[in-house]
Amino acid sequence: MTRAARQVGAVVAALVVLAVLWETYKALGPANGASLDTTRLLPRTDDRAMPHLWTVLTTLGSPEVSGVAGSRTVGAAVLFGALNSLRLALLGLLLGAVVGGVLALLMQRLRLLEAGLLPWVVLSQTVPIIALAPLVAGWGGVLRVGSWAWSPEASVVVISAFLSFSPIAVGLLRGLHAPGATEQELFASCAASWRQELVHLRLPAAVPFLLPALRLAAAGAVVGAIVAEISTGTRGGIGRLIIEYAQQATSSPARVYAAVLGAAVLGLVAAGLVALLDAAVLRRGRLA
Amino acid sequence: MSPPSAKAMVEVSGVTQRFGTTTALSDVSLTIASGEFVTLIGPSGCGKSTLLRLVADLLTPTEGTVHVAGKTARAAREAQDYGIAFQQAGLLEWRTVLRNVELPLELHGVGARERRARAEELLEVVGLADVADKRPSQLSGGMQQRVAIARALAAKPALLLMDEPFGALDEMTRERLQDELLSIRAREGTTVLLVTHSVSEAAYLSDRVVVMSPRPGRIAAVVDVDLPLRATGTPTDVRESPEFFAATTVVREALRAPARVASP
Repeated sequence: MTRAARQVGAVVAALVVLAVLWETYKALGPANGASLDTTRLLPRTDDRAMPHLWTVLTTLGSPEVSGVAGSRTVGAAVLFGALNSLRLALLGLLLGAVVGGVLALLMQRLRLLEAGLLPWVVLSQTVPIIALAPLVAGWGGVLRVGSWAWSPEASVVVISAFLSFSPIAVGLLRGLHAPGATEQELFASCAASWRQELVHLRLPAAVPFLLPALRLAAAGAVVGAIVAEISTGTRGGIGRLIIEYAQQATSSPARVYAAVLGAAVLGLVAAGLVALLDAAVLRRGRLA
Repeated sequence: MSPPSAKAMVEVSGVTQRFGTTTALSDVSLTIASGEFVTLIGPSGCGKSTLLRLVADLLTPTEGTVHVAGKTARAAREAQDYGIAFQQAGLLEWRTVLRNVELPLELHGVGARERRARAEELLEVVGLADVADKRPSQLSGGMQQRVAIARALAAKPALLLMDEPFGALDEMTRERLQDELLSIRAREGTTVLLVTHSVSEAAYLSDRVVVMSPRPGRIAAVVDVDLPLRATGTPTDVRESPEFFAATTVVREALRAPARVASP
């Protein structure tokens, strides 16, 4: 069995285990959950709190607005929402990669900058996005470039980039510092320029550090996009859909789970894209 | 400051090297003639690697001057007048063996066809033509070091600098590479400056052994080695000759009593 097949098998097995746990608890757990005084220890298992998995799946096929002809299905809404969020997350990842990459190069070039900047790059990730989101969304009324005004989607991209630049800056910087004394002296002995040393030594040496960093950054970008949609109220993405469906939880409790499912798949797709990139780079490395 | 003489490949005069408050080298002068094989030997901390790096212009002397091939050390480095090999092979893992040998030429803007031809020729010389397309990690330590030597020779340097190049290898591989180095040097007419901590390696390879002593690093003795069997005998003949034993004895004694000036 190939490594890829084993990985797919492990993912399927994990999903089955999760489904079995969910349904087993729903079947065996107390309907009203369990509380100690006012502290809830076990969640309720009635259909409103924990719908059957097949209810969640069939909800995907039901029309979003019942009784209206031509209404799109919940599944379509989740799919479009997830794709839209994926688009914003990928734009955020791209922006984060560019900013993180430039920061790493600057920090590698100037030791003083590394000492001054690196703590802030790491510290930036402790800023809660919930606090940051209104600030960025507030640029909406202020920033305008020509005919283009700051859009809510731009806020989502920026917040998504904010969560992804840091792993890339830190990972790439470590990679750029990876070559040992021997390799550096070799390049110095050949009177190599900084650019030559970067292209022929530091960047290739950084690839094994960059790929895991990119994986972290992609996860950060997706989380950033969804949370940013929720906290800025941007329409069109999966984040907003989760809020909308949560408000309908009394009438159709399965919908919010359908949206959460969409968000989970979105994360898997983003991770999958990075894995593809990873494999492409590795294959190229073997052939070069 | 005397002008560099025409026949000298390396001219180190009055060099002192300080790192902070430590003095690594104190008032060292050394001239290496073109075509000569000179070894630097001494206990750790005697500054032998520092001296090599000064010649390579990887360090700038605190005092004194270094000239290589009639130029300042810096101009010589920029002209790729020397090639260098270290204790670690330092091969780039993402390049094939052939592309590793091409590297110095690539950095100096030599065309793809020309540098490929030169790299293939050098791999032939070090006996590694059949692994040209392999990755460095697929080679043994001895083979990796051979690739590093081929790379050091890529730009046809007049001077080859080596910092304990065989230090990490087993005894058998080490002796084989020593013989290869001698035949490469005979063919290419390269001047060699080699740092080692092996007495027999120094005596076997060199025309002259420079014995150094630590704290502060300086030249304690210079031993001329003359092994007549080199021209006529096999490597084993040379290693078993009384002249070789005599040379190792003199070097060893110079290392033991660095204050005494030894003569062969």
